[in-house]
Amino acid sequence: MGLSSWGNYPKIINEAFFFNQIGRLKSFIEDTDEIIPYGNGRSYGDSALNKKIICIKPQNYFLDFDEDNGILHLQAGALLSDILDVFVPRGWFLKITPGTKLITVGGAIASDVHGKNHHIEGCFSECVIMLNLMLPSGEIVKCSKSENLELFRATCGGMGLTGVILDAKISLKKINSKYIDQTTIKTKDLKETFEAFEEYKDKPYSVAWIDCLAKGDKLGKCLLMVGDFSTDGILEYKAKRKLNIPFNFPSFALNTLSVTIFNKFYYGKIRNKISKQKIDLDTFFYPLDSINNWNRIYGKNGFTQYQFILPEHKSFVGLQEILKTISLSGKGSFLAVLKLYGKGNENFLSFPIKGYSLALDFKIEKGLFELLDKIDKIVIKNNGRIYLAKDVRVSKKVFEQGYPKIDKFRALREKYKMNKKFNSVQSMRVGI
Amino acid sequence: MGYILIIGAKSDIAKAVARKYAEKGNNLYLAARNSSELKEFAKDIGIRTQMDVKCLDLDVLDYASHQCFYDTLAEKPIGVVSAVGYLGDQDKTQSHFTEAKKIIDTNYTGLVSLFNIIANDFEKRKSGFIVGISSVAGDRGRKSNYMYGSAKAAFTAYLGGLRNRLHEANVQVLTVKPGFVATKMTEGLDLPKKLTAEPKEVAKVIYRAQQQDKNVVYIKWIWKWIMLIIKNIPEWQFKKMSI
Ligand SMILES: Cc1cc2nc3c(=O)[nH]c(=O)nc-3n(C[C@H](O)[C@H](O)[C@H](O)COP(=O)(O)OP(=O)(O)OC[C@H]3O[C@@H](n4cnc5c(N)ncnc54)[C@H](O)[C@@H]3O)c2cc1C
Ligand SMILES: NC(=O)c1ccc[n+]([C@@H]2O[C@H](COP(=O)([O-])OP(=O)(O)OC[C@H]3O[C@@H](n4cnc5c(N)ncnc54)[C@H](OP(=O)(O)O)[C@@H]3O)[C@@H](O)[C@H]2O)c1
Repeated sequence: MGLSSWGNYPKIINEAFFFNQIGRLKSFIEDTDEIIPYGNGRSYGDSALNKKIICIKPQNYFLDFDEDNGILHLQAGALLSDILDVFVPRGWFLKITPGTKLITVGGAIASDVHGKNHHIEGCFSECVIMLNLMLPSGEIVKCSKSENLELFRATCGGMGLTGVILDAKISLKKINSKYIDQTTIKTKDLKETFEAFEEYKDKPYSVAWIDCLAKGDKLGKCLLMVGDFSTDGILEYKAKRKLNIPFNFPSFALNTLSVTIFNKFYYGKIRNKISKQKIDLDTFFYPLDSINNWNRIYGKNGFTQYQFILPEHKSFVGLQEILKTISLSGKGSFLAVLKLYGKGNENFLSFPIKGYSLALDFKIEKGLFELLDKIDKIVIKNNGRIYLAKDVRVSKKVFEQGYPKIDKFRALREKYKMNKKFNSVQSMRVGI
Repeated sequence: MGYILIIGAKSDIAKAVARKYAEKGNNLYLAARNSSELKEFAKDIGIRTQMDVKCLDLDVLDYASHQCFYDTLAEKPIGVVSAVGYLGDQDKTQSHFTEAKKIIDTNYTGLVSLFNIIANDFEKRKSGFIVGISSVAGDRGRKSNYMYGSAKAAFTAYLGGLRNRLHEANVQVLTVKPGFVATKMTEGLDLPKKLTAEPKEVAKVIYRAQQQDKNVVYIKWIWKWIMLIIKNIPEWQFKKMSI
């Protein structure tokens, strides 16, 4: 079976173990070297890939729900979309959600994902009350902020490298509507973009779409979208029809020209500097989920997402230099997402730090990795780091410079013999 | 809301069907051997749908228990779906009659015993539906699995007759003929991806066909045509083939 993650690159020929019984998993782990858990394959690169994978999705039961406190106990293979289908109509929503709901709970914990509210609520681990982890020895340990704290800190954001997350208790938040009251702010350059983020930083949710091909005095112009849940009491939540991309687009479909047009169209559609909309939560949080297989527009060679974060005081200069470099290269990005982040947490490998992050999509093509190496240098120079959940090519050196707690993580892996069992193509590349 | 009785509820197909009916607002009786193994699953459905789910012990080979099983259901079901089946080992059946008998009894005799009881009740009440999961293997006997195929053929014929009998009583009988489905029955077999359905897909087709009052349904449309061709190969030629 040839398997890849969301970027369709690389493709690894592998063998999948379907996890449907704890007992069977235990003996599989005992008998097999070099394995990695695979959730729903929505990481972009090679975090969930290896020759042998454990397919977690069959393990998807809801185990318990405490209605009074909104605490859901569920198995790691359940999708965030399952949670929404069941609980939005009852007035509950995820405390933290990434830009797709098509990921597993295990994947959300392992990447310690974040969403549009990181500057206020932090990472996914903030809503994890406890998790059960199967270690290489087959032993199951309960980890939380009050029990086995070290394992908890390593596993949240640990990219599947500490063992298999079996189930978790997560707390949900109350909502009164499936709608979001959104304000869109159109800015004309990077300076205005930063000022807008600053001005709206009390809004619970915010994200900006940047036109990466804008040059000169338009560099960094954006649409900043901020919002919060409405209060109209409408909670009826039904699956919408999805568009489908039935096959890989030929690679010429996404040249610089089409990307320029896309950016102009999107940006040009909004006329006023400040406008207000009321949109449903799927449109606000998960715009890309409405198109099945949208990754196919990048053609059969696949694509990657480059996401980095810079500390607050270095964000402006660093971003300016990086945007200039990209704009000069002519390698457009379909999507460039800029976000403000709050304080980082104590987890060993969680990505967020206080500052700004930019995420850009690139088709895999000649010259791309050279460009990204160049950007890596600017990121490191500004004390930033790269997000492993999106990465497929970063070097060991660049990775290590961004993550000062890596040695603690390595020592823990050694102690529990995790490094002998749980490895991904990525972990071997960056030497975790 | 009424109860749907799911027989062989530990099967992956049955579980998907159970989830589907509960999502659509039905309560469930989940019947299986060692039904305590279904506790977590029942709880999962309960949390997801807020429907009532009860787990019951039932062995289709324990014929004597069937009447009592049905009589003790406090509220009678409005519909029943059976996913009971046993593929068995064809080679073994050729020298061990016990294996042959187990295949026949699990796929056919046991269900006749149970369905007779349910059919009589539905007929009397003039309502209800009966869904039996048979198989394309019953459409024509082949050397690779004709013991299983013949038992499914008998079950298909039984369901056809039952449909004919119960038509007047306004009771629907639906025969489901899956081709390949990715479940624990077929785990480890190298199935062609394009011809293999996921349990969720099977559940969707079953639910829709049942709601639309259909009689016979194949799971992937292509299987209907494959079986049409297979059924029409002349016997003198078919006997020389390996498919
Ligand atoms: C359209 C899109 C938008 C996105 N937006 C965001 C965003 O806004 N913020 C953000 O943070 N991320 C975002 N992501 C990335 C995504 O949320 C993460 O990559 C997430 O980890 C994917 O989860 P998955 O279930 O698909 O896991 P996979 O991709 O299959 O695996 C991801 C990692 O989790 C590990 N893992 C999975 N299950 C387990 C388990 N049970 N036990 C131990 N380890 C496990 C794997 O080994 C791997 O290292 C986005 C991705 C897409 C495609
Ligand atoms: N998978 C396929 O490719 C395929 C193709 C065509 C048709 N089918 C049919 O689809 C149905 C569901 O099969 P599946 O694929 O989901 O396989 P499965 O998981 O093996 O399901 C068969 C179920 O029958 C139950 N069963 C066996 N003997 C029983 C008995 N004496 N009393 C009560 N229950 C008994 C089993 O219970 P236990 O769990 O207790 O063993 C099991 O849950 C079967 O009728 C099968 O023949 C399957």
